Amino acid sequence: MIPILRTRLRQGQRTIAFPAAPPALPELFRGMPVVDTARCPDGCRACADACPTQAIAVGSGAEPRVAIDLGRCLFCTECTEACPEGAIRYGQEYALATRRREDLVATGAPLRLAAALDERSRRLFGRSLKLRQVSAGGCNGCESDVNVLNTIVFDLARFGIQFVASPRHADGLLITGPVTRNMRLALHKTWQAVPEPRLVVAVGACAISGGPYLGSAQAHDGAGSLLPVDLFVPGCPPHPITILDGLLRLLGRIPSGTRTP
Amino acid sequence: MSDRGLAVRPGEPVARAALPVLEPRAWRDAIVADVAAGGRLLALFGAGEAAAPTLHAIHQDRAGQLRWSLAPVRGSWPSLTSECPQAHLFEREIWEASGAVPEGHPWLKPVRRAPGTAASDGAPPFFAVAGDDVHEVAVGPVHAGVIEPGHFRFQCHGEAVFHLEIALGYQHRGVEALLAQGPDRRTLHVVETLAGDTTLGHATTACEALEALLGVSVPPRGHALRALGLELERLANHVGDLGALANDVGFLPTAAYCGRLRGDFLNLTAALCGNRFGRSLVRVGGTGFDVDPERAAAMRDRLAAAARDVRDAVALLFGAPIVRARFEGTGVVTAPAALDLGLVGMAARACGLPRDVRHEFPPLAYRAGRPPLVVLEGGDVMARARLRAEEIERSVGFVDGLLAALPAGPARAAAAWPAPLAPGHAVFGLGEGWRGELVHVLLTDAAGRIERWKVVDPSFHNWSALAMALRGEEISDFPLCNKSFNLSYCGFDL
Repeated sequence: MIPILRTRLRQGQRTIAFPAAPPALPELFRGMPVVDTARCPDGCRACADACPTQAIAVGSGAEPRVAIDLGRCLFCTECTEACPEGAIRYGQEYALATRRREDLVATGAPLRLAAALDERSRRLFGRSLKLRQVSAGGCNGCESDVNVLNTIVFDLARFGIQFVASPRHADGLLITGPVTRNMRLALHKTWQAVPEPRLVVAVGACAISGGPYLGSAQAHDGAGSLLPVDLFVPGCPPHPITILDGLLRLLGRIPSGTRTP
Repeated sequence: MSDRGLAVRPGEPVARAALPVLEPRAWRDAIVADVAAGGRLLALFGAGEAAAPTLHAIHQDRAGQLRWSLAPVRGSWPSLTSECPQAHLFEREIWEASGAVPEGHPWLKPVRRAPGTAASDGAPPFFAVAGDDVHEVAVGPVHAGVIEPGHFRFQCHGEAVFHLEIALGYQHRGVEALLAQGPDRRTLHVVETLAGDTTLGHATTACEALEALLGVSVPPRGHALRALGLELERLANHVGDLGALANDVGFLPTAAYCGRLRGDFLNLTAALCGNRFGRSLVRVGGTGFDVDPERAAAMRDRLAAAARDVRDAVALLFGAPIVRARFEGTGVVTAPAALDLGLVGMAARACGLPRDVRHEFPPLAYRAGRPPLVVLEGGDVMARARLRAEEIERSVGFVDGLLAALPAGPARAAAAWPAPLAPGHAVFGLGEGWRGELVHVLLTDAAGRIERWKVVDPSFHNWSALAMALRGEEISDFPLCNKSFNLSYCGFDL
């Protein structure tokens, strides 16, 4: 007992203050992509051609306009390296979750971040949200950074959010992976076992669009093609703070319309 | 000795025409004899026409030499499995994909149940035990925690497990089919996510094979940064596993500390490249990121602080009598069983087998140096836990040394990518991920495109060890045994 207490004292209090205070992110953190379209050469498509998931659309016309579908984006470095002008970089913005799939298309304007659930749902889930996680072809990247929310660092339980073993005890599903053909039935049965009203959260590029497995004959290009999705959390994998931020926005714990705390 | 296959080395391409084609019976007998005499099977797979494949085997012979041999198959071949158990999943996999039959295979059923393949029709039966008081427990594919899907079928007598059959395939995303269309823009991103907790292991191993076919030579600093990332990946996973093992026996102090500390190591990887799993760190030609002296110094300080806290958490774990009582003698895999099953990586090293690619066939990333080899006896949960604790110490020292003295020069050589590979060649990359041996075999066609890309994740060999570990154990020890291996579902399912 004494060594345990001694270690406890030495290791100290480690739970972060988020959302009351901003999170500590790595200097090289790859958050919201930022494009300086003023520097785009005429007719240049280098970023779009380099993208492994065809997430980038380059508009034609006098003023080049670059749209990045964050639902497909792997937040990799293909476009930032391919741009001859160095006009694409990743910013520190970690709040990226949206309620609608189309809101994930970043055009330079602020993202329409996830709005809170309606009044009735918030009364039901706002102070106690139980989620059943289903990995449906996830690579264990998203799963790991969802799981990490249970550690003392993030302490998800302080928000009343908990991952539960049985879908019968759950208020919704948190889905990772492109939904493989072999998981389609299990996912559907798990969803049916969740009592209504139920939520669906899609975490990661795979669950939103198929990610690197877009178009694979063995997968379904994400959860959205099979189930109604209430929250999209982009990334490959999303940083735990991005996932937590999305969940808190959904529950109205971070007010709609605000950016970073 | 071409009747035993062409002598090959990882990362050294050979012309496909130079690979000896053997008569299937002689081919089979030679491999079986070599494995029985102390060799092992690294990869066995079909290539070419789907319905009439050519079988490729890469095995280690009795003298330790790696050999690559081919056998053409017309409908069937004499199975290796009854005399060489480590071939069992490879042969099932070939049968599932091609329909060609390994004659005499004792348990022929699909590996991934991939829709649309020859063997996917109907639900194959599970091995069943009959008799009074025998009952069956079925778990999965959706499990209780935040974890990948798989199905476990236990044959039990009371609490005791007679037999565990593991049925996977739920995560099958078609990885090899996607890779076979390349090389293209997507190739490295599929490699990085084929088992996301081994991003750097798979990416480095695949890149070493690709670079060999591209004639690209990675500068020393690039190799060192890859080794740095690989060992940080090992540290994060080993520390996380020790926490998870503590959690499974209800010892919460270490579970809580290691849960946090795992993140500290992931954050060191993020300090290197911006992503906690090392995505985009490894690129063809070297690494996509470099560290300046100030960042390296800051990383050393953070590494030292995390290592100190890990030591405390580990001391608590192994000092607790309840932990020792649950870990010791639980989930034993004997050394002979480990040899038969062809176990790799830390699961093998915890059974007393000195199997570590970093030492046996050092990948280029480790040519300049590597952490010392750790081998422990026992083969139980305790051995697998202690092995992790020992490897954490070795890796911390190695990483600190790398950060203190990174080779000068660029981190990356200029390389056109994606670009055609050497046409008509065959090469394999070998790596030691945190779980164990990673194999990437690449065959190119006449135009320099990928014709076949075979991936062997360490989990492919090692899931069988979990089934063996459960024999005679109480079913309530399954989570503990499972966590002590912590195998990949998606790395197996591909």
